[in-house]
Amino acid sequence: MFDFLEGYDLLGAFWVTVKLTVYSALGSLLWGTLLAGMRVGPVPLMRGFGTAYVNIVRNIPLTVIIVFSSLGLFQTLQVTLGGGDDFEVINFRLAVLSLALYTAAFVCEALRSGINTVPTGQAEAARALGLSFTQVLRLVILPQAFRSVVNPLANVLIALTKNTTVAAAIGVAEAAFLMKDMIEAEAQLILISAIFAFGFICLTLPTGLLLGWVSKKVAVKR
Amino acid sequence: MSGVSVTKAAEDAVPAANDLVVLSNVNKHFGALHVLQDIDLTIARGEVVVVIGPSGSGKSTLCRTINRLETIDSGAISIDGKPLPQEGKELARLRADVGMVFQSFNLFAHKTVLENVMLGQLKVRKTDKQGATEKARSLLDRVGVASQADKYPSQLSGGQQQRVAIARALAMDPKVMLFDEPTSALDPEMINEVLEVMQQLARDGMTMVVVTHEMGFARSAANRVVFMADGKIVEEAAPDQFFSNPRSDRAKDFLSKILHH
Repeated sequence: MFDFLEGYDLLGAFWVTVKLTVYSALGSLLWGTLLAGMRVGPVPLMRGFGTAYVNIVRNIPLTVIIVFSSLGLFQTLQVTLGGGDDFEVINFRLAVLSLALYTAAFVCEALRSGINTVPTGQAEAARALGLSFTQVLRLVILPQAFRSVVNPLANVLIALTKNTTVAAAIGVAEAAFLMKDMIEAEAQLILISAIFAFGFICLTLPTGLLLGWVSKKVAVKR
Repeated sequence: MSGVSVTKAAEDAVPAANDLVVLSNVNKHFGALHVLQDIDLTIARGEVVVVIGPSGSGKSTLCRTINRLETIDSGAISIDGKPLPQEGKELARLRADVGMVFQSFNLFAHKTVLENVMLGQLKVRKTDKQGATEKARSLLDRVGVASQADKYPSQLSGGQQQRVAIARALAMDPKVMLFDEPTSALDPEMINEVLEVMQQLARDGMTMVVVTHEMGFARSAANRVVFMADGKIVEEAAPDQFFSNPRSDRAKDFLSKILHH
């Protein structure tokens, strides 16, 4: 029944999916945190930039962003992100960049709602000690905010995992790219779809369960 | 007459070296509410000033303007001869010298008691870790919660949390301590343990501004009582004089309502 799978590197394709997910998750976490910092900060210019960024980026389809990164950044502007002339590396890096920039908007908003759960008194007490704005954010507000948004961030991470399939549009050889190949070459449409659906569930279900447990574990008691 | 006014003017120009906190002609509005009206208040080094008055009289706001947690619309505030700067590094430095204790404690919920008392030392004073730990432990011992050092704030009673908050403020070696209704959120049985710490602090010569409803504390620990109503300082007097012989009708009315039961 599964004979047709021979000759296809299923694990390899899913490994690319995992790598896309992990790198973009780290990038979006970093950039999203900075954006959230800007949006709650005292500098009007940064607040404006954060707000504009989130509202523009989260409303553009991911496909458009990823295709633009390839056609616009790479082919027109020759941005290779240090990938030399290896298309595979360049496309992979462009996909990570696009996914990170896109997902950061959602990370920022999840985090900002977490910041709103931290009582004002925490920031006041920190300021009264003489901590600077960035210290207050870094040492007091964000650690508490992150703990309250583990579940929403898990949602974002699951969505990101599935969004990596869009990278197939610029030829990154991840799971969905292989699936398209297989569907074209084999007469096993339903079985192939089921295999890939199962593969993604294997990635995302444990993520959700693990982070759900972490969320309870790190919750701040008041 | 003219001689008197000249002396007065000369005094205004050169504030006495002993004046630590000086508010002059401070005004603040919350929308249409004129919450601080022409406040003039001078607090000398080592003085304990208790601010009392009915709810909504502006006493908490007054306390919070001193370290600029509330901005003011006009007037001037200076601490140890330096006017309060705008938000920024300079203000942060000044706030480090002003200890603040809040009604709702505001201990950092994600840090242990010990870490709460160490944070300011490590990040603002740049004390080394060992020195900060030692100081934190000795301060926790001083306020009587040394045995709770490794617990989280939510595991402590209100009275214990407030004493930790006092230790956290003391860890910065502040020039002045502000107390914004420190016992108002406490169960009655825990009020005394906090007041005792504050009385000890007053005896040790700390400069203190205390907004409170605890008249017993005002009587026993204050050098001066400031009575506020409707955004104004209505009366200032030594506690004995204020409680036994208030001059203003507003203060008489206030005292008659609270001292009978």
